[in-house]
Amino acid sequence: MIELQAVERRFQVGDEIVHGLRGVSLSIADGDYLSIMGPSGSGKSTLLNILGLLDRPDAGHYRLEGTETTTQDEEARAGLRQHHIGFVFQAFHLIPRLTAAQNIALPMTLAGVAPAQRERRVAEVLQAMGLSDRARHTPNQLSGGQRQRVAIGRAIVMQPQVLLADEPTGNLDQHSGGEVIKVLEQLNDQGITLIVVTHDPAIGARARRRIRMLDGAIESDQ
Amino acid sequence: MNLGDNLRMAAGALRGARLRTGLMLLAMSIGVASVVLLTALGEGARRYVVNEFASLGTHLLIMLPGRNETTGGAPPLLGATPRDLTLDDALAMLRSQAILRVAPLTIGNAPVSHGGLSREVSVLGSTPELFPIRHLDIAQGDPLPAGDPTRGAAVAVLGSTLKQELFGHRHALGEWVRINDRRFRVIGILADSGESLGQDLGDMVIIPVASAQALFNTPGLFRVLIQARSLASIPAAQRAAREIIRARHDGEDDVTIITQDALLSTFDKILRALTFTVGGIAAISLVVAGILIMNVMLVSVSQRTAEIGLMKAVGAANRQILRLFLVESLLLAGAGAGTGLLLAAAGTAALRAAFPDFPLAAPTWAPLAAVTVALLAGLVFGLAPARRAARMDPVRALTGR
Ligand SMILES: Nc1ncnc2c1ncn2[C@@H]1O[C@H](COP(=O)(O)OP(=O)(O)O)[C@@H](O)[C@H]1O
Ligand SMILES: [Mg+2]
Repeated sequence: MIELQAVERRFQVGDEIVHGLRGVSLSIADGDYLSIMGPSGSGKSTLLNILGLLDRPDAGHYRLEGTETTTQDEEARAGLRQHHIGFVFQAFHLIPRLTAAQNIALPMTLAGVAPAQRERRVAEVLQAMGLSDRARHTPNQLSGGQRQRVAIGRAIVMQPQVLLADEPTGNLDQHSGGEVIKVLEQLNDQGITLIVVTHDPAIGARARRRIRMLDGAIESDQ
Repeated sequence: MNLGDNLRMAAGALRGARLRTGLMLLAMSIGVASVVLLTALGEGARRYVVNEFASLGTHLLIMLPGRNETTGGAPPLLGATPRDLTLDDALAMLRSQAILRVAPLTIGNAPVSHGGLSREVSVLGSTPELFPIRHLDIAQGDPLPAGDPTRGAAVAVLGSTLKQELFGHRHALGEWVRINDRRFRVIGILADSGESLGQDLGDMVIIPVASAQALFNTPGLFRVLIQARSLASIPAAQRAAREIIRARHDGEDDVTIITQDALLSTFDKILRALTFTVGGIAAISLVVAGILIMNVMLVSVSQRTAEIGLMKAVGAANRQILRLFLVESLLLAGAGAGTGLLLAAAGTAALRAAFPDFPLAAPTWAPLAAVTVALLAGLVFGLAPARRAARMDPVRALTGR
């Protein structure tokens, strides 16, 4: 369960204050599937970063699974990110010197999961992402679609409750983009809460719940 | 994150930037190697000097005629030349309990000849005590005969070089040699013991002190070598020697006494200080290498901004990022230090091969200190880049804003 209440996010740009989010309130049930759309600069990424605990609201409340997160310290928030949230980015953000398997294992490595357990879980995830034969490839040996599937694998390897995807198909052609969305929806079918920011109306329309943003506020929520 | 993964990750990042890593290793290893090599040279010099002094004899006091005073007072009006040190003065030293042995010494140069061959060498007049005091070994025959030192027998002990030059491989014991115009019977040959403080021990002849005094027509002694009973009795021996001279020279202790151990410990102190100093100067290069590490790591942090943001996004806390980058700097410093030790070992071996007589050896503290300073430099100078990485805002890091 995700509960945002009157969340504000302001940025100082020179002498000016830019409003990233203005009083956003939103609650999202476990297992839901949301799309967030809206023009560039409307605050979609800012909202997603706050949901993912990468960013902190300047005002308002954010409760994740009943825990008030706005007052937590950096370490506690890192812990929540580690166990409850998975991120997928437009630019993949794979580490180029690590293999697909090592990239997927990274969150577990950072969390100090024992190597044997890590290997078992990574094999599982590779299989689920259809990448078993690509385990030892580095990102530059993979296609865009494969890279994004590695990134999704990394996002779910710790079995989070929430999966946040910021324009996951933005760098992909139509075909691989479609595949990536299919993978994400499969994960949602298995119970994960899926929130996708997208520019593509066709992709946005697939979600159960569709949110439109404008100028830092929620314009419509269907 | 466990340490093994941490190290693997840091090593992977370092391998990812080969040139940079290589240059850093070079800088650090040169620093460590120069600390070890320079201190090895300093310590070698110290050992060399200590060995030289030790070869003079143990617990040795050297008495020479005349006072060597630099303190105060006008020079004596009547230009009093110091009284000679006589053989009786020397023998009187044995009255002190603190003194074990005494060897009077007269030195001159004279031609020594046998058959048609002749050589100008140092002639030492002394007593049999000279041999144990100066650690002179006899290869063949006997040292000087015991007995009344005031009566000079016509016998000689040849240095090994001199024996070789005059006799070649022929038998020398029992043969006669001529020194100036006197005949001496060869009763012993010195073992080949090389050089001592610049004096070639092979190229000389030792005869009884009274014979030398007659030969050179000098009643005075050049030196008196005094061996104290033990290290602890050196000061007592020195005092006793002065007392005895004062009693015999109408209340004037007009001699200079040099104690070998005082000289030795002075040199020892100076050379130890020198070793520390050169080591310290070389350690500056480690600090320079540390500053290089800082710069390289700062570049690395800004190049890996997105990677840092990503690690935070997947759950790395600031402390963990800090540790990750610190381990990287430490690994760099440690690997550099290890390479430096290998470099130093190679350098030491090369120098030993080139100068086999020089007792080159790094003091044990040198490699330990060098590695410690290298790691400390890695830690201290790795801190700023690691903190910068840890404090990075993940959103900005990921968007490259
Ligand atoms: N770190 C930042 N510094 C300054 N302004 C920012 C920052 N992040 C976002 N903004 C501003 O906040 C607004 C919303 O940005 P963003 O959430 O990235 O929009 P979207 O993802 O919908 O395109 C924009 O006006 C943007 O310029
Ligand atoms: Mg955006």
